[in-house]
Amino acid sequence: MTTSEPMLHADTVTLGYDRHTVFTGLDLQIEPGTVTTLIGANGCGKSTLLKAFGRLLAPSAGHIKLGGTSVRHLSARAVARRLAILPQKPLTPAATSVRDLVMRGRHPHQTLLRPWSGHDARLVDDALAATGMTELADRDVTSLSGGQLQRAWIALVLAQDTPVILLDEPTTFLDLSHQLEVLRLVRRINADQGSTIVMVLHDLSLAARYSDRLVVLHEGRVLADGEPWQVITPEVLAAAFGLEALVIADPASGRPMVVPLEPTTAGAAESDSTELASEQSDARSDVHEGRRASQAG
Amino acid sequence: MSGRRGVDLRVIALPWRARVLWITLACLAAVLAALTFGIVAGSSRMGVADVWTTLLGAGSRTYQFIVFELRLPRVAAGIGVGLCLGLAGALTQTFSRNPLATPDILGVTSGASAGAVTAIVIGGGGYSVGASLLGFGIPVVATVGGLLAAAVVYGLSWRQGVDSFRLILIGIGVTAILSGLTNYLLVRAQITQATAATQWLVGSLSGVSWASVWPLAVVLAIVLPFALTQSAPLEINQLGDEFSTGLGVAVQRHRTLVIVAAVVLTSAAVSAAGPVEFVAFVAPQVARRLARTARPPLIASALVGAALVTLADVMARAALGTEIPVGVVTAIVGAPYLIWLITRPNLKERA
Repeated sequence: MTTSEPMLHADTVTLGYDRHTVFTGLDLQIEPGTVTTLIGANGCGKSTLLKAFGRLLAPSAGHIKLGGTSVRHLSARAVARRLAILPQKPLTPAATSVRDLVMRGRHPHQTLLRPWSGHDARLVDDALAATGMTELADRDVTSLSGGQLQRAWIALVLAQDTPVILLDEPTTFLDLSHQLEVLRLVRRINADQGSTIVMVLHDLSLAARYSDRLVVLHEGRVLADGEPWQVITPEVLAAAFGLEALVIADPASGRPMVVPLEPTTAGAAESDSTELASEQSDARSDVHEGRRASQAG
Repeated sequence: MSGRRGVDLRVIALPWRARVLWITLACLAAVLAALTFGIVAGSSRMGVADVWTTLLGAGSRTYQFIVFELRLPRVAAGIGVGLCLGLAGALTQTFSRNPLATPDILGVTSGASAGAVTAIVIGGGGYSVGASLLGFGIPVVATVGGLLAAAVVYGLSWRQGVDSFRLILIGIGVTAILSGLTNYLLVRAQITQATAATQWLVGSLSGVSWASVWPLAVVLAIVLPFALTQSAPLEINQLGDEFSTGLGVAVQRHRTLVIVAAVVLTSAAVSAAGPVEFVAFVAPQVARRLARTARPPLIASALVGAALVTLADVMARAALGTEIPVGVVTAIVGAPYLIWLITRPNLKERA
């Protein structure tokens, strides 16, 4: 793989189910070592695109390329050694310990004569440690809380030991502190292992806070694509979600934060919002300067 | 819950769970015990020691005749039928992720029944003819009927791959049609034919000989090792089809292979002994509860099936006085045990 090749490339793909087409001729590239989040309204095709990247859905036209090779020409196992995907609703098996669950992540690397090895066991231990599940390793998965179970699923995907990880709504059904825990874990995996991560999230502020790049999907096309401050703007929010909202700087992270407005008070809030808006533009220019500085360095 | 342990010998590395291992060995012991009882039970008296000395080649000529010619074929057929049905049940319940999905829903059993009853009613004049047909004609017709019905169910379920729910619903529909056909034939048949057909439909080991055992042995020798290679994908598939694909399982190919294996096993069992009821449903569930695993363990399920059929046949022959077809007894023996396992108050994990 040459450095010019994107990690993942949706090369003018047409995607859909049966006769319902979601995307026509969509083109999107994912750069190695980045955290990219797909956002958009319900039904905009975020999960459809993620499934196509994960070879769960074959495009009816065009190619999904993994490191330059069309996944159509790769076996499920060959893809699974390079790309892990956590689907939206995995089934929780009965009578299975956390360790046994995470062990299944090693399947793509195992062969008929070697369905298990010491190397597998070590990677499973590492995945359990990275997700803070070591002490729960012998617990039955059906007895875990929502947050613990989600960490167990992420541990499984980590044990797969792939350069690319796709996560479909990894924070759904979790309370705020567990959502933060999962997203911090995602950032840590990205930082420690240089993994390329693509995920689907619903919470825009959290997406902005923990992603390098946001891709807004709307009506079968990419409506906006770029760094959080470029993408999270009142105009994009209005177009993609029909949402009237302010975008302010998150005081904790300096990233954009979405504050929805009430339809009836939108006019009244305008005068108050001028102050916020100026703050926002300050914060934005700070961030822009910061970015320029980091790019220069 | 004990986790997985393993040995790594460079070329080959195997994981095991202690509980699954010893439950499997216990099931094997149960099968050997059932085999012994199956040979002991009969009109001429034989002790357990006599049985084993004869089996190991040191018995008297009389004992050798009784064991190898009279009793062992029937017991061996019972074990073979039980292994096939137990394994087929484990495969079907696992791939469909549904404990109620027995190989019956694949259409094999009802197709075989319809085929066999057609042959008996149209082809056979009376019970004696039906009985002689059991030697050759009926098993062949039953196999053909079973495979045809399974092919129809599979073909109708296919829509860009086979979805388990679709397969089950179509299987139930096809089974209902074939049962209707079978019942129609029974109602229209003469009383002797109807009796012969009913005897077959309940599932019986009374007509078996070594000729019925060999096909079972061949099928098991081919399908059992093959089924074991699908063990890991079956386990992965408990996480759902999408996760399985993500973990490198070629889901549709795997599913087709598992269905074909279950169909061949069931077809072999049904053509040897008729549709022995309930074994394919109960054996995997019993094995799973004993081993406390996420899915029915394959080998243990087969062994529980073998023990169940053999013990039920002993009871049908000996304990109840008059000879009763084994299929009548399997449910009476198997169901209470399963119910007891499920309702045991101290069981950690529930159905």
